[in-house]
Amino acid sequence: MKRARVAYGGAIHDATHHPAGVQLADGRVLPEDAVVWLPPFEVGTVIGLGLNYADHMKELAKELTVSAKDEPLAFLKSPGAVIGHRGQTRRPADVKFMHYECELAVVIGRSAKNVKAEDAMQFVAGYSVANDYAIRDYLENYYRPNLRVKNRDTCTVLGPWLVDASDVPNPHDLALRTLVNGVVTQQGNTRDMISDIQTLIAYLSSFMTLGAGDVILTGTPDGVVNVNVGDEVVTEIDGIGRLSNTIVGDAEFGR
Amino acid sequence: MLDEALSHPQGAPLVIEAPVKHWGALSGSGSHGQAFLPPTRGTVYGTLLNHRDALAALGDQVNSAPYKAPPRAPILYIKPRNTVVGHRVPVGVPGDAPELEIGATLGIVIGRTASNVAEDQALDFVAGYTVVNDISVPHASVYRPSLRFKCHDGFCPIGPAIVARRLVPNADALDIVVAIDGETVQRSSTAGLIRPIARLIADVTEFMTLFPGDVLTVGVASGAPRARAGQTVTITIQNVGRLENTLVARAGDGA
Repeated sequence: MKRARVAYGGAIHDATHHPAGVQLADGRVLPEDAVVWLPPFEVGTVIGLGLNYADHMKELAKELTVSAKDEPLAFLKSPGAVIGHRGQTRRPADVKFMHYECELAVVIGRSAKNVKAEDAMQFVAGYSVANDYAIRDYLENYYRPNLRVKNRDTCTVLGPWLVDASDVPNPHDLALRTLVNGVVTQQGNTRDMISDIQTLIAYLSSFMTLGAGDVILTGTPDGVVNVNVGDEVVTEIDGIGRLSNTIVGDAEFGR
Repeated sequence: MLDEALSHPQGAPLVIEAPVKHWGALSGSGSHGQAFLPPTRGTVYGTLLNHRDALAALGDQVNSAPYKAPPRAPILYIKPRNTVVGHRVPVGVPGDAPELEIGATLGIVIGRTASNVAEDQALDFVAGYTVVNDISVPHASVYRPSLRFKCHDGFCPIGPAIVARRLVPNADALDIVVAIDGETVQRSSTAGLIRPIARLIADVTEFMTLFPGDVLTVGVASGAPRARAGQTVTITIQNVGRLENTLVARAGDGA
């Protein structure tokens, strides 16, 4: 099942996929553009992965001091940065390089501590699409990637759906792509992850208890380009969803 | 505003509206006291290198690889929800870490949604203050530290309670004392920070909204002491409280 959370008619609703758009829990069927899309579940700890696709590591290699790694490059983001499908993301006027990152989001379904890789998939509730924006102008070499780059308001887009894990027989064979104004700018496949989902859950749960609603953003492949105010950015993963977002300028935020 | 109906197990209000000297039962000593729930439920953000001595300890390293330049913006990190525990809750020491670093710091508890706030209004968004023990596995590099160093379960004791802002008029000049098994091992202060509280809130909320219940620490001074399993760590912050936690060996956890 594909689940969403939307705002409509003065309330927040659980909703599910419908051929005509979304169906609210109370039965109403609405077109996609009639509702406000929220992140599809109550977001807990957000764990991002740097350089989890070999080609993206090559793309960024010139600014790295690592080439190979002995553990996943994980970092944390806060739930406050997350917005839903069809939202607006702010691009500050003074930046030169702001890029999207299309990522498979793995949503944890129950408490996981010291989980073995072979058992790890039992702890996955489902999957979603994330667009984990970064503004590289703000990159500093302390606690990389610093929160000013990676934890900005509106810069983590998540949705539209939480797709039940039981409906995704092989999460490690999903084509993903990004389109900017309809033009494909990034393509990859989740089979090319360096650390797969089992490995990530086993690694993280070896020191921290993961809880329901925690989400692992599994990294992005090659092909990140700058986006500008007015651009429509669609991050899409086959079988999981098509997540749309619009870049807006400072004026919308009164800056 | 924070919901003042939220309470500790003992029924004390979340935001303490009486000076510390009048809530001895809450701040009382001894291993027989009751363990507390953490007094906050929001996201906990740590601030790095905000003490002049902590930055000075890096010395000329800030100008060489991998840092290449001194920090410009606040350096933040997230202490995820699995790390947050309350007063007197035992903290497990990972099997591979003989000693843990005790990061005594003041926690600023947000009371109103704070987005892009001006420095001269920043304190209006503060509900109060609390004591934070930002525990780490000791590590030298702050370039891209592993989550393993900061995010073990229980690595962020907070409390005992939130003390209302009006009762802490001198938050930018508070003495902080760390004792291990009753012996004072570190004295520091919130005075002379690179970013005093109001400046820190302004600079952080320029890119990231802080929500009611979120905690932003002012950062840890240099020379953070270390403690081992079996030792009791007490952090006392003038006018704010006394946070006590015992470190315990964590059986069966080799992480």
